[in-house]
Amino acid sequence: MLQSKSFVKKTKQGRIQKVVREHYLRDDVYCGFVPCSACDAAAERKLDAAAAAILVVDTNVVLHQIDLLENPAIEDVVLLSVVLDEVKNKNLAVFNRIKALCTNKARRFYVFANEQHRDTYVKDMVGESSNDRNDRAIRVAACWYQSHLGESTKVLLITNDRDNKRKAIEEGLNAETVESYVRSLAQPGLLDLVVVPTSGDVTMEDAEDHRPSKKKVIYNEHKPMSEVTSGLRCGIYHQGKLRVNRYNPFEAYVGSESIGDEIVIHGRSNMNRAFDGDIVAVELLPQDQWHESKSFIADDDEEEEDVHLAPNSADDAPRNTSSTQSTVGSSAPSVSSRPIGRVVGIIKRNWNSYCGSLEPMPMPAGSRGVAHALFVSKDRRIPKIRIQTRQLENLVNKRIIVAVDSWDVLSRYPSGHYVRTIGDIGDKETETEVVLIENDINTRPFSTQVLACLPPLPWTLSLEDLSNPNRQDLRHVRVFSVDPPGCRDIDDALHCTLLPNGNFEVGVHIADVTNFVHPGTPLDEEAAQRGTSVYLVGQRIDMLPKPLTEDVCSLRADVERLAFSVIWEMTPDADIISTRYTKSVIKSCAAMSYVEAQARMDDSRLVDPLTVDLRNLNSLAKIMRQRRCERGALTLASAEVKFEIDSETHDPLDIGMYQIREANQMIEEFMLAANISVAEKILKYFPLCSLLRRHPSPTKEMLEPLLRTASSVGLNLDVSSSKALAESLDNAKSNDPYFNKLIRILATRCMTQAVYFCSGDLTFSEYYHYGLAASLYTHFTSPIRRYADVVVHRLLAAALDIAKLPPIFQDGPQLTGIADNLNYRHRNAQMASRASVELHTLIYFRTRPTDTEARIVKVKANGFIVFVPKFGIEGPIYLTPRGDKGGDWVVDEVHQRVTKPGTNISYAVLQTVRIHMEVVEPQPHRPKLQLTLI
Amino acid sequence: MEYVNPLTGFRVDGRRPNEMRQLKGEVGVVARADGSALFEMGNTRVIAAVYGPREIQNRGQQVNSNEALVRCEYRMAEFSTGDRRRKPKGDRRSTEISLVIRQTMEASILTHLMPRSQIDIFVQVLQADGGTRSACINAATLALADAGIPMRDIVTSCSAGYLCSTPLLDLNYIEDSAGGPDVTVGILTKMDKVTLLQMDAKLPMDTFENVMELAIEGCKAIATYIREVLLENTKRLECQRG
Ligand SMILES: [Zn+2]
Repeated sequence: MLQSKSFVKKTKQGRIQKVVREHYLRDDVYCGFVPCSACDAAAERKLDAAAAAILVVDTNVVLHQIDLLENPAIEDVVLLSVVLDEVKNKNLAVFNRIKALCTNKARRFYVFANEQHRDTYVKDMVGESSNDRNDRAIRVAACWYQSHLGESTKVLLITNDRDNKRKAIEEGLNAETVESYVRSLAQPGLLDLVVVPTSGDVTMEDAEDHRPSKKKVIYNEHKPMSEVTSGLRCGIYHQGKLRVNRYNPFEAYVGSESIGDEIVIHGRSNMNRAFDGDIVAVELLPQDQWHESKSFIADDDEEEEDVHLAPNSADDAPRNTSSTQSTVGSSAPSVSSRPIGRVVGIIKRNWNSYCGSLEPMPMPAGSRGVAHALFVSKDRRIPKIRIQTRQLENLVNKRIIVAVDSWDVLSRYPSGHYVRTIGDIGDKETETEVVLIENDINTRPFSTQVLACLPPLPWTLSLEDLSNPNRQDLRHVRVFSVDPPGCRDIDDALHCTLLPNGNFEVGVHIADVTNFVHPGTPLDEEAAQRGTSVYLVGQRIDMLPKPLTEDVCSLRADVERLAFSVIWEMTPDADIISTRYTKSVIKSCAAMSYVEAQARMDDSRLVDPLTVDLRNLNSLAKIMRQRRCERGALTLASAEVKFEIDSETHDPLDIGMYQIREANQMIEEFMLAANISVAEKILKYFPLCSLLRRHPSPTKEMLEPLLRTASSVGLNLDVSSSKALAESLDNAKSNDPYFNKLIRILATRCMTQAVYFCSGDLTFSEYYHYGLAASLYTHFTSPIRRYADVVVHRLLAAALDIAKLPPIFQDGPQLTGIADNLNYRHRNAQMASRASVELHTLIYFRTRPTDTEARIVKVKANGFIVFVPKFGIEGPIYLTPRGDKGGDWVVDEVHQRVTKPGTNISYAVLQTVRIHMEVVEPQPHRPKLQLTLI
Repeated sequence: MEYVNPLTGFRVDGRRPNEMRQLKGEVGVVARADGSALFEMGNTRVIAAVYGPREIQNRGQQVNSNEALVRCEYRMAEFSTGDRRRKPKGDRRSTEISLVIRQTMEASILTHLMPRSQIDIFVQVLQADGGTRSACINAATLALADAGIPMRDIVTSCSAGYLCSTPLLDLNYIEDSAGGPDVTVGILTKMDKVTLLQMDAKLPMDTFENVMELAIEGCKAIATYIREVLLENTKRLECQRG
């Protein structure tokens, strides 16, 4: 029988529509206590017989004390389904952490489905709030455990809710607060992890308030939820996710669907304790108050702009400071077109833990007992966080992780607690770890389950592979690869053969990763989660385990490897006559670096077959590139730097611009062509579930800074289409040789980055890739280091009918979820790379103060921002001392020029200036790179 | 949404993936009909009434005079769903379900034993909470048996779906509204023959087989239950007669 006879049926009623739902109660929900003899012998068991107490925790304990729960000192915890449901509704991030604890085999956290158990289900009572009902359910479940396990085992309810604790004790339960329980464990270090309870909770004996005695209300109270809901309904308030400007934490934006525009929020008091990522309710200010604040390089005395890596796209660049500039200089604030508002309530918190360090402070005398300190996050969007610690002397000058717990209207800063220490500030390993944590990059070694999915090593080509009718043997073809020097993960290789009819057969061979990574396996899931390999200076964090990345999949020279090939027949004019796709076996004859390949092509004495192939490919690539540019593809420029790293100390020895050679462009051209050919093929077969890549056209507003700069130097750019822009960029010439490159760099940073998407989610016209001027594009050519390419390989294999399409492709939302995750991972990987370059730049200049040339890219009221081409960085130069808000200098908006009245000293955008670069330590252990005018 | 809680393994209503809702069957609920039955699968409640075999009323409808004509009319009570929408009679969905029920029942009725006669099956959904199609077929089977219509075998029906990468038996309304694949199967239980198979989504072959297998298990369980109900009823009638 499928249905157990012992079910009791109950119906829950509710909702306006009167929905009747069934709720089955059961007698086969077990306690999970190892020695229990009453429960089914085969049931899963986790709670240890030797436990001093079985802990039952309430929702708030999970929500607020998750760092404590994650500590291995806490074990034998029962998580009730009522608690898990509430946690999930209130904070998904915490829910995922508690879920990880519950599924971790090494931890003793047991899930008890109290809502399904016949004896622990509680009916709603008339007039009872859902909070009270849930508290009651928790107590009923705790009572059940106590009577089920018997008196010899202590069941302890952990709650910080005074009322709940009292009721529990009245009902004959053991109940304690988090703090008193942790104290009973006698491990002082654990106490730092305990979150200080807020009002309404049980106060701790020694947690008297250390905040300034004259309590002043700093923020407005948040409106109660009922008021927020009704305000949203009648349109007074607007709901959206708050995003804080990465470069100016005093400005935030809320994308609101209800008014179809972004609402700007100025200042911390208007942000009203909202964090980046919170879902907030916003009230618009009266329209006459919609003026923009004056823009200075540093907006507040406690924050300042740092020297950072020059942005490569609009996603890296400070947002929209251009439009705020229009008012600089005029004393009467003009009215902005963008709605301005303030936060009235927070619908969903996005509190997290953050990396940073304590603000330098004098050591309190004695330094025993509890100290109070301010934590400064590395992520500038996050305000300072107040913490209590019993180990201050261990934490100063360290990078630490702190979690936020609460933010009171009386407190300028939120309160939080210490989670763990990463290492010394400024130490390369520590700072690198900070970068990785901040960007949510998984650096854990691959699990044994993942490694179990690897093929037997050492891998060799099997007869089975060779006899596979879908796999073509191309070992006789002269295939080779060209990559950056020292590349171990070789994704792609090429061949180019002259055909008897005078045409060329050109093949792009891509590592056949999906031959080894099968859908749904732990290896596949891990790779899908990681999404991409991450490249830091001198370090690589792989998406796939090393044996696959560097050996089995890597198309190394002189070994037989499996590939997925795109093969064209091309005329000498690079017209594609036919395209075919096949799985293959190849044996690369050479793995060259760009420099080597370039040298071969340039050396006219060489006429060996390989060099001839290279030259043929190069001439085809040039034609293809030419054609692509004619279609309107943008030749954008970015300032990528390269370090030479000391092999022993791993410190940077030299720094310089990454040089792009013809050989790089040649490889790039064929990869683009392969990606486009594959995109066409998969979309034809799977119009609704193909993974593609699009590059949205920049809006007029996004190009605004570029146009302003260009017009100030008398250059007119046509931005009506990518083709028009490409042509204007080609025509942007002056007697300054660097001028064109500089304009291209400025254009690049106005564009957003390309993104992955699922073809079913958008219409065909939205598939367009603006930068490449391609109507279709995808990623096929780097499956070793990008999961998107793995997905595309599977789609292509299914389109060729040589493999089944995994079931996940039937599930639109799940596919969209994969695309979203890939976009998130790529973004993070890029930010991590940039942060790593910034870190190494700082280390490099620590011992090498340098004078160099820089170009002004933006003029401000009290100085300007310069771009240093040689090192790819940009940063502020102050004309007036810090804190002095301009006055001496006058900004000419039209010509983007700042002038000192009464003198002929002035600085204009794009002007070259000589600067001095030096690492200074305004505060001990807080080194920073400083730029000054010579 | 998580239709199967990953931590507890339970579905939204507390069932495990392979569990059916509570079944309830009762015969003889409409006194005037020749046979009738009430059938419940959880909150889905369906009533069926059978008239016949009786003399054919409209000879034009009869295709083959050597076999009985089976007619079926399906209706959904206006109060059966939460939103109490007024639905026009004879809408496409009703016509389609009427046809499905008729064809499924025809497969088990020994029509050749009743030439020149007709059998009318009326099915009405009193309360809808997913799986109405299956509940109608099960109710019709009970009602036909109650009317003493000769049948080859007992036809039963059950649905199974696929959500959160898990095959789920007997979807309720919430699960049904998730938009995932929903396979409705009808079988002749003793002969082990499939007489109805419907799905309006795509599923990979191997997954489909698992889901269908689960639905067949469900049909068999329902058949066992229907036999119990009929046996119970027969015993009761015996007692009444003394
Ligand atoms: Zn037990």
